[in-house]
Amino acid sequence: MSEITAEQVAHLANLARIDLSPEEINRLTTELGQIVDSVAKVAEVATPDVPATSHPMPLTNVFRPDTVVPSLTVEQALSGAPDHDGDKFKVPAILDEE
Amino acid sequence: MKKAELMDYDKALELFEPVLGFEVHVELNTKTKMFCGCANEFGQGANTNTCPTCLGLPGGLPQVNAKAIESSIRLGLALGCEIAEYSRFARKNYFYPDTAKNFQTSQYDEPIAFNGQLTIELESGRLVTVDIERAHMEDDAGKLTHVGGATGRIQGADYSLVDYNRGGVPLVEIVTQMIEGGEADSPEIGRTYVAAIREIVKALGVSNARMEEGNVRCDANVSLRPRGSNILGTRTETKNVNSLRSVERAVRYEIQRQAALLAAGGTITQETRHWHEDTGITSAGRPKSDADDYRYFPEPDLVPVAPSREWVEELRATLPEPPAARRKRLQADWGFADLEFQDVVNSDLLDAVEATIAAGSAAQAARKWWTGEVARLANVAGVTADSLVQPVQVAALIELVVAGTLTDRLARQVLEGVIAGEGTPLEVVELRGLAVVSDDGALIAAIDEALAAQPDVLAKIRDGKVQAAGAVIGAVMKAMRGQADAARVRELVLERAGTAE
Repeated sequence: MSEITAEQVAHLANLARIDLSPEEINRLTTELGQIVDSVAKVAEVATPDVPATSHPMPLTNVFRPDTVVPSLTVEQALSGAPDHDGDKFKVPAILDEE
Repeated sequence: MKKAELMDYDKALELFEPVLGFEVHVELNTKTKMFCGCANEFGQGANTNTCPTCLGLPGGLPQVNAKAIESSIRLGLALGCEIAEYSRFARKNYFYPDTAKNFQTSQYDEPIAFNGQLTIELESGRLVTVDIERAHMEDDAGKLTHVGGATGRIQGADYSLVDYNRGGVPLVEIVTQMIEGGEADSPEIGRTYVAAIREIVKALGVSNARMEEGNVRCDANVSLRPRGSNILGTRTETKNVNSLRSVERAVRYEIQRQAALLAAGGTITQETRHWHEDTGITSAGRPKSDADDYRYFPEPDLVPVAPSREWVEELRATLPEPPAARRKRLQADWGFADLEFQDVVNSDLLDAVEATIAAGSAAQAARKWWTGEVARLANVAGVTADSLVQPVQVAALIELVVAGTLTDRLARQVLEGVIAGEGTPLEVVELRGLAVVSDDGALIAAIDEALAAQPDVLAKIRDGKVQAAGAVIGAVMKAMRGQADAARVRELVLERAGTAE
């Protein structure tokens, strides 16, 4: 059994800005533990000669040329934002007073 | 803001050994952003260069800019780094409004370049070799403006505004190893190191390298180790240090601040600190804590970068002469004294002077014109000297002076004409009628007139009192409005005085 704790899940939820109820934290602690255990099984099968990979495609060096393509208009860029002020996105205060 | 206690600098160094580290961000001058084809340029109004990818909208997918990879590899090579055979992007996850994707696409354990070295020379001649841990690629954040509140700063602002034009612009972050043994030179090491990076990226042409525009930005890490101890002190990371002078001041300030705190029995908080250019102090930013749990993971939308050894060697062959070596060579070639040469370097006129000499001018004349009149006019216009006039024009101007067509005074007028867009120096000479009058006919007429007006002088010259000719020469120069070659006037005065009846 993995060692995922409720504290770790609560910490991760906080980092990811996800509001979880205590019940959800308990359920996710169990589920994440199972996922970690399952992944660990794969690691058992993989021998040292199998390199770790982050991608299923055997590709490298996929680049695009440094050529400008049209951007969105300012109106389009701002259209999905909850708020804006002129041509800038408007966001709530970031820090409290010192 | 509470003002911190500072310890006397010499005392601080008696008690503690400073340990430094620098993270320098270099903004690349590619035409487009790192992962999308939006233009990498500013000044067109806010949010004009954005797309679903750099705004982090659903469905946006990154595509790597080939030129940015090339520039990063060249920069890595110029810093003496090894170039990774296999390198990956990773997501650095955090929430902040300047980062639309809610992660920065960066590199974690597989940077493009690593294990480099850069040797810098201090004013004393001391050589310091800075070990480079890594140089990795990442994308820049957008620009925040804080509105409301008492100070206009982020603290206490009512709200903030975001312009994402800079979001997604390619950066290379250069990270040093710990720099020990800097001692009293530590602040100068900081300044000189950042200056050397700036010079290298400029010589490579991979960045516009203007610190005042944020093309090169420095975070300075400083910690103090008590003398006789081998345990590293807690470090602070001072952000926002964006001029060479500020790097030096910020390092010095942190040494003095930390020393005072430690000597009083206090402890250093591991934190980011903000540098305030106006007051010359640092203030506490956010503490290093949970917020630094970035949960890096390999970027699933991008495949690895695996530059072939052939490509790396091709790029190595494109590297310019290292700036420090070039400076040494040019100073020797030109025969400038240290002060003369420093003047050229500090005015950022090395390229301009070199090009002017290449166009045929004598080294001293090229230096004199660039650091003198051109620099003066540039200063008045509020622009850089090398943006004011082309080196070939300055060389042409110098040629006219050497040929005797122009006096220095006239040449300065011609320069103004060239800068005003009136054409080449020769065209300006013709247009403004500024050439030294070499038509002896006009001169002789003026001289005869002057001699006739001053018969006593004429008599003295005829008596062999040649020095008396000065009065006539002066009158002639005045009549010619200075547009005559004084040496030729003197010759003719003596000639006319001798033959005149």
